[in-house]
Amino acid sequence: MSQTLTEKQKWYWKKNIKLIIILLIVWFLVGLGAGVLFAEPLSKIQFLNVSLSFWFAHQGAILAFIILILTYAIRMDKLDKQYKEMLEEEKS
Amino acid sequence: MSVEVITIILVLITFAIYTGIGWWSRVKDTSNFYVAGQGVPTIANGAAIAADWMSAASFISMAGLVAFLGYDGTIYLMGWTGGYVLLALLLAPYLRKFGKFTVPDFIGDRFYSNGARAVAAVATIFISLTYISGQMRGVGIVFSRYLQVDIVIGVLIGMAIVGFFALLGGMKGVTWTQAIQYFVIIIAFLIPAFAISFQLTGNPIPQLALTSSDIVERLGEIQIDLGMTEYMAPFTDLSILNVFMITLALMAGTAGLPHVIVRFYTVKSVRAARWSAVWAIIFIGLLYLTAPAVGAFAKYNLIDTIADKPLEEVQNIDWVNKWEATGLLQLDDLNGDGTVNFTGGEDNEVVIDGDIIVLSTPEVANLSPFIIALVAAGGLAAALSTASGLLITMTSAVSHDIYYRIFNKKASESQRLLVGRITLLAALAVAAYVGINPPGFAGEVVALAFGLGAASLFPVILLGIFDKRMNKEGAVAGIITGLSFTLIMIGAILSPSIFGTEEPILNSFFGINAQGVGVVGMVLNFIVSFIVSRMTPEPPKEIQKLIENVRAPELDE
Repeated sequence: MSQTLTEKQKWYWKKNIKLIIILLIVWFLVGLGAGVLFAEPLSKIQFLNVSLSFWFAHQGAILAFIILILTYAIRMDKLDKQYKEMLEEEKS
Repeated sequence: MSVEVITIILVLITFAIYTGIGWWSRVKDTSNFYVAGQGVPTIANGAAIAADWMSAASFISMAGLVAFLGYDGTIYLMGWTGGYVLLALLLAPYLRKFGKFTVPDFIGDRFYSNGARAVAAVATIFISLTYISGQMRGVGIVFSRYLQVDIVIGVLIGMAIVGFFALLGGMKGVTWTQAIQYFVIIIAFLIPAFAISFQLTGNPIPQLALTSSDIVERLGEIQIDLGMTEYMAPFTDLSILNVFMITLALMAGTAGLPHVIVRFYTVKSVRAARWSAVWAIIFIGLLYLTAPAVGAFAKYNLIDTIADKPLEEVQNIDWVNKWEATGLLQLDDLNGDGTVNFTGGEDNEVVIDGDIIVLSTPEVANLSPFIIALVAAGGLAAALSTASGLLITMTSAVSHDIYYRIFNKKASESQRLLVGRITLLAALAVAAYVGINPPGFAGEVVALAFGLGAASLFPVILLGIFDKRMNKEGAVAGIITGLSFTLIMIGAILSPSIFGTEEPILNSFFGINAQGVGVVGMVLNFIVSFIVSRMTPEPPKEIQKLIENVRAPELDE
């Protein structure tokens, strides 16, 4: 019993890690990527009345961070639900 | 009624509310004192996290720093919000699942060592004391300007109020007080932002006006005309290396801030911890998306009001007069031509402390005295909410982690509470001293605290959750390496202001300045812990089980 439970917990942890890695890659690209590392080339692109890199540095990255955390909370709720359903199936 | 009278009335009303809440939610047992009985609703906890975290640095200093740094001000905008992603994804849910009182608790138990616990407690005290000194400067500035009292008296009044409700309510009182303080902070920040945005651009929503109007572009042109750096161009004030390093230091530091992490212990489940992170970043984002607009608009307005104007006319403006009296704004007609030269070069005649930008914005824009008073109340709310969160954290580090867990395992609840309250008073005294003798700008000092957090606590908590093989030898070696490297580097680079040397002992660490050097400390911490842990025995079975438990999903709610 405890062995199968460990299997499911392992599955849960793997899913969790995968989600975190994907979200952190996005985090790095929009924040330190668009705002800092690629700021020079992106500053030549106009976005509304400012340059694209300026927009990312002063607003876009912050908006992206909000969406990332929201996505994480929603996806983890879903994962929790899946996990519980798997346990119920096991019992029945 | 004058601005000063309205300010005093408004400040007294808000303080009465905070004190009332502190009294209403006062507690007698340690669980409530430290973690508010773990019964705080998600949205309220989100607002409390936001207020706890958005300090005087965010409210008073940040828009000013952004205004003067232009593009490079992103280090604060992105650094302080981006770290939140790390915290929400990598630390908060697991620390809640582990479910103890403090950060040193997690580190001490996870690394089965009182040595690790003590080192973590010391790091906590270091970070919190550095951080709180920034808050005290904020309190001092607000009082000295609006209540027209000496900065020393201002700091003492502020400390008495923080101490009063922190002593009374503990974490529970602080949580509810902070939730209310958030709304004072955000209203006080948004109303003048709406007004100045409408006045300058005709669009009342500052977040949209920043990109839909041509203010940033015009500001950039005026700045070049005056001989300052271009506002929108990246890396004019800081090198790309420093922008990268400081942003990363602020990010990792945010995730390692003990007084913020402890907030996630105050909710009832792991799921609630995740959702209070969502609420917190939404609440925080509201201020952080407004700040760059306030920075740009305020700078534009300020230049427009005083640059190239006759000196006599400028000195007769009421707000110029009053800020000049505090010494935070200095006008000096160097070339004697009777006009104010505001430039980026040698001939500049205007010295402005960045910390006054937000506070003076409503006056520069000629808004009503009520709004000016509201901003003062908001600045105080920001400083006091963070200061009280930090005081509780320092108190727990001493009374819970050092006294109870290490020195006196048989201590009763009332003994621990007594030690907690004595610590709180001692910390207040130190904070008051540092507030009266501040070592630098609020934003800069706070940034150093983040560097220390990034170099000491962040790696060890992260490895504690994600690296099952990490043992106590690795963790302790890592914290000591990261913390001491960063402290030494900060001391060496800032030696003129810290030790009073003529020249800095070190100009920079291979081009990285003091605010960014925490990242190097962090990397060293990771490397040392990894190497040391692989050369020493693996952690005991029950610890490995503990980590598995922290990673496993929470079954019932």
